[in-house]
Amino acid sequence: MSSNNDNSSKFSSTRRKLLMGMATLPAVPLLANTGIFSTPAFAQAPATSAVNTTGLAVTDTEVTVGILHSVTGTMAISETGSVQAEKLAIEQINAMGGVLGRKIKFIQEDGASDWPTFAEKAKKLLVNDKVAAIMGCWTSASRKAVLPVVEQYNGMLYYPTFYEGLEQSKNVIYTGQEATQQILAGLDWVNKTKGAKSFYLIGSDYIWPRTSMKIARKHIENKLAGKVVGEDYFPLGHTQFNSVINKFKLTKPDVIYAAVVGGSNVAFYKQLKAAGIDLSKQTLLTISVTEDEIDGIGGENFVNAYSCMKYFQSLDNPNNKDFVAAFKKMWGEKTVIGDVTQAAYLGPWLWKMTVEKAGSFDIDKIAEASAGIEFTKAPEGYVKIHPNHHLWSKTRVGQAQPDGQFKVVFETPELIEPDPFPKGYQ
Amino acid sequence: MFSEYSLSELSSIFLMQGFAGLILFSVFVLMALGLAIIFGQMGVINMAHGEFMILGAYVTYFTSQLFLHYIPALFGIYFFIAMILAFFASGALGMAVEWLMIRRLYKRPLDTLLATWGLSLILQQVYRSVFGPREVGVELPSWMMGSLPVTEVVEVQINGLFVMGLTIAITVAVALLMYKSAWGKQVRAVVQNRVMAGAVGINTEKIDRYTFGLGCGIAGVAGSAFTMIGSTGPTSGQLYIVDTFLVVVFGGAQSLLGTIASAFTISQAQSTMEFFLSGSMAKVLTLLGVVIILMLRPQGLFVIKVRR
Repeated sequence: MSSNNDNSSKFSSTRRKLLMGMATLPAVPLLANTGIFSTPAFAQAPATSAVNTTGLAVTDTEVTVGILHSVTGTMAISETGSVQAEKLAIEQINAMGGVLGRKIKFIQEDGASDWPTFAEKAKKLLVNDKVAAIMGCWTSASRKAVLPVVEQYNGMLYYPTFYEGLEQSKNVIYTGQEATQQILAGLDWVNKTKGAKSFYLIGSDYIWPRTSMKIARKHIENKLAGKVVGEDYFPLGHTQFNSVINKFKLTKPDVIYAAVVGGSNVAFYKQLKAAGIDLSKQTLLTISVTEDEIDGIGGENFVNAYSCMKYFQSLDNPNNKDFVAAFKKMWGEKTVIGDVTQAAYLGPWLWKMTVEKAGSFDIDKIAEASAGIEFTKAPEGYVKIHPNHHLWSKTRVGQAQPDGQFKVVFETPELIEPDPFPKGYQ
Repeated sequence: MFSEYSLSELSSIFLMQGFAGLILFSVFVLMALGLAIIFGQMGVINMAHGEFMILGAYVTYFTSQLFLHYIPALFGIYFFIAMILAFFASGALGMAVEWLMIRRLYKRPLDTLLATWGLSLILQQVYRSVFGPREVGVELPSWMMGSLPVTEVVEVQINGLFVMGLTIAITVAVALLMYKSAWGKQVRAVVQNRVMAGAVGINTEKIDRYTFGLGCGIAGVAGSAFTMIGSTGPTSGQLYIVDTFLVVVFGGAQSLLGTIASAFTISQAQSTMEFFLSGSMAKVLTLLGVVIILMLRPQGLFVIKVRR
């Protein structure tokens, strides 16, 4: 994959000299963008040597990015939606003329639900393919595996999943919510509207639920003056929840607060329903069930539960209507779109806007230019990149409907500032 | 921890907890029975057991869709038909696998572990390519959902009762088949002495194929029943495989009674501990207990003496 090749021979020799001279001036790409040089071809596509000083896979007509998700193995269930969203965004950007006049080409690698494989494939994308950005990873474990690689080889990762926080990197843009953004507003809401004082925390046993529950417990006990009546974690893939359901019946919490993931989710809600716990009477608030998961759980088993996310497919705004229509057109009428899928869709767009603001594909310039990037056409509504590389976003609470969609019952009035290292919650 | 609850509350909770343990027991027996036949009677370590279960689950899903779209009037009883279809689908796949792969490996029992593990990966990817990577939701007829209130607090889950009934029925059927029928006698003869069984005119190859098919078929029925309590996706089978082997090995591989006793011990221990400790801790202690007992008694709880 030659990247910085000499296609410039199609330019006249005078222009080539001009370009080479200008490449030394950092401001030139910006000028080119603002149209001071009005030659059309030039205004659209500044010279490769000017926008790519570090040897990335950028030619005069194309730029290559990597997509790195699991399409095989246990995580394929969740990551499929992200891959679909990223491909849709890339196609739409290309239809609009690409990035700095260059069409986006993608190389897709399979992380195969295996964290060392993720690291290896990330290295391959950065070292062999010289991709200009990677859209990828899903679980925290895969991100933690890839992080040292993107930092060592100076790549740019756009990471879509809501996650536990406690991380910040020059080389990562987190397009999902960090824990405090997702958790605090939802707890405040359930406390205020349902008068909830006692909570039962239940989650799968790994870093994200544990960190999230730690934050939730601090908030419940210190800010809401509530009480945690039980806290339970189950191994990933656990399928028997009758004992903990009996504990719900004994402790009678106002709210069951759940962060159960994967196949366990299906077992948990089916058994909850079978045990006669009626979610219209027992409030259940979860941070781990999107429209994607409901497909497997079955809408009738999850109806009336509340989910706290930044995005629901049913959001009523023009951006989202266009997005949902385009997504279904590309991937079929029956596909559903969950929170992470939407966040994955933001990745290529934010990257495109950052590149255009920086006037360069160089990683260092993108990392610097990221802060303050605004995306007004995001399906979730307006988002903006914070200097800490997370997104300002709203938090919403949706009530599950029998058809597997959510009815949005609450939305924070303002964008919530991302706070990956929350004080007083650790 | 219980001081703030009244005596009647506590007694009903313990009653329900006991019932939860019984459900877990039925689930364990149901998933281990097929493996106990294959591993115990044939000595084949079938790592693809979970995938045979999931085939049953997918068959159930498609049967439910079929009934929903073409004969919605009979939707209430589709589950029984689905279970029968699941038995034959998984059984047929099992017999095909036996013919193509397993029968070449009888002399190398440890290699069956590797081969069937490979098979499980292949089947997972086939499910993923054919049915899609996402989980499917299997809709149940309304009579199978919810619970029967016994007292104000005590409620009995209908699907739990259903799984229990099914487990008893299948266990009795398998026991009759193994110990009372002519076919069962032949199976046991082959297990005890293959050469001699062949010499007296038993078609050992055919017996092997049907035994393997029977084990896989029961796995299919188990998978079908588990659509009520768990997920149906390409990799869902992996959720069951560890517990299944745990039950079979702990029970002593060649004894059906051992499988049942071990399922009972493990399920009761786990559900009791889950109630008093956290879920992960309960699992750790259960595994630890099993490891210690197997160290002291490597052959498992029950052993049938066989001539090698």
